[in-house]
Amino acid sequence: MDFLETLLNGLSLGGTYAIIALGYTMVYGIAKMLNFAHGDIIMVGSYIIWFTFLRLDCHPSISIALAIICCVILGIVIERLAYRPLRGAPSLAVLITAIGVSSLLQGLPAILDTISKSSNNSALKEKLSGILNPLPIQDMVHTNKLVLFGVEFPISISALVTILITVATMIALTVFIKKSKTGKAMVAVSENRDAALLMGIHINKIIVVTFAIGSALAGVAATLMLTKGTPASPSFGALPGIVAFSAAVIGGIGSIPGAALGGFLIGILETFCNANSALSPYRNAIVFSVLIIILLFKPSGILGNPRREKV
Amino acid sequence: MAETLLEVNNLAVSYGVIRALKGISFHVDKGEIVSLIGANGAGKTTTLQTITGLLRPVSGNVIFKGNDLTHVPAHKIVSMGLGHVPEGRKIFQGLSVYDNLLLGAYTRKSKAEIEENMELVFRLFPRLLERKKQLAGTLSGGEQQMLAIGRALLSNPEMIVLDEPSMGLSPLLVTEVFEIIKTLQNEGKTVLLVEQNAKKAMSIADRVYVLETGMITMEGPASELINNENIKKAYLGE
Repeated sequence: MDFLETLLNGLSLGGTYAIIALGYTMVYGIAKMLNFAHGDIIMVGSYIIWFTFLRLDCHPSISIALAIICCVILGIVIERLAYRPLRGAPSLAVLITAIGVSSLLQGLPAILDTISKSSNNSALKEKLSGILNPLPIQDMVHTNKLVLFGVEFPISISALVTILITVATMIALTVFIKKSKTGKAMVAVSENRDAALLMGIHINKIIVVTFAIGSALAGVAATLMLTKGTPASPSFGALPGIVAFSAAVIGGIGSIPGAALGGFLIGILETFCNANSALSPYRNAIVFSVLIIILLFKPSGILGNPRREKV
Repeated sequence: MAETLLEVNNLAVSYGVIRALKGISFHVDKGEIVSLIGANGAGKTTTLQTITGLLRPVSGNVIFKGNDLTHVPAHKIVSMGLGHVPEGRKIFQGLSVYDNLLLGAYTRKSKAEIEENMELVFRLFPRLLERKKQLAGTLSGGEQQMLAIGRALLSNPEMIVLDEPSMGLSPLLVTEVFEIIKTLQNEGKTVLLVEQNAKKAMSIADRVYVLETGMITMEGPASELINNENIKKAYLGE
């Protein structure tokens, strides 16, 4: 395979990881917790897009908007019901809860399946089975190469759009955090909650906004993943979630450019492994070995800075 | 009689089974500088954190301008006119000096009033104006203390509580910080000051309370306590 083409495909896969990693890193940086359910919010988003687009014939933009809105609501509900009651609890308790929420979400399709099988209502049965057996959304996959002024570029339209969306999202988030009042309050909460309280910042409000943004990114990630031709499934977000979380850690968790850098790095690495038939079976092993090596040399990640208090 | 701005009644605070404050009472009148002095672990920081809602008392209450603060959420207290300069400054290191000051005005709406306060702070601390765009984490210890005070002033508080503003500063800077506190009083602010540096604290205070292992053991005008034999021995090293 052509080097440039592989690199561009790697950037595209990395873009998807970067968007997911941004979700992890935002929530970790501000709420100081690992939202293990992040990948499963993506999964819910993918079901919503598949169902509204292929079964209800919505316009793709409506499907995507609906998915993002539902992900945001889901994220806020999870924060309110599962995480907020544990504010101030030991971080292990929060971690276990997050893993529990993740399993619960992954179990949702199975619950719907059981309802569908035990129901006598045939209309409901049909509707549920319509949701539960997702097909790949071919209409969203644009494998055609980009052609501009009669020149064919070695990149597909989906891949290009993924890269553009990732870069735009990263810039928008950075500007939001650096320039807006809420963004600055987020930095304040992330640095020191007590001091933020003394400024009159309502911590819970800021954390809700953080979860809303993170979950909106999950909706975007679901869209990007579907454009690569993967059908929705209960484990849709699980592995990409773990890989993207690793990307956030490699880049320096809590850092926005770090999440993007880590995402692109892993995406490119994985794509090059895939392109080489000898390496491809070992791609996860290679990716995670690199993760371990980077963390050995830089435990706080490439762009993470261990902050010291000045006294 | 001067108007009482802050009243602390029988305040008791515990960390688990450890009782940090064993029922203390004191008051601060409008326009006063009151110092709370005491050794490490006497309960000074606990007192201030309970006043501004970061800690909740087991019993007793805090009355500010006639309102009971005991059940007011911490983030609502600053807009009632009570600014807190926390121990160790706790400035936001990853934000610029200007953004730190802006966060001090987080609950305020009027841009013109915020700008007015900003000018006051830059007049008091010209160094902060010079370093307006610099990341707060790159400031020296003294500058960070000034930023912490400036940030609290941006909420335009009627009363400002300061927790160990002299901590970790060189003697020259300590003098500067205490002069600034005196200036705050001239600007019409009421000040509650917690200090280990008893000598300095007493030199600018109107009244002094001595806190020992969670109890107030002595109180009186600063001019009297500064000549008290016990105080001289225990806190002034004479």
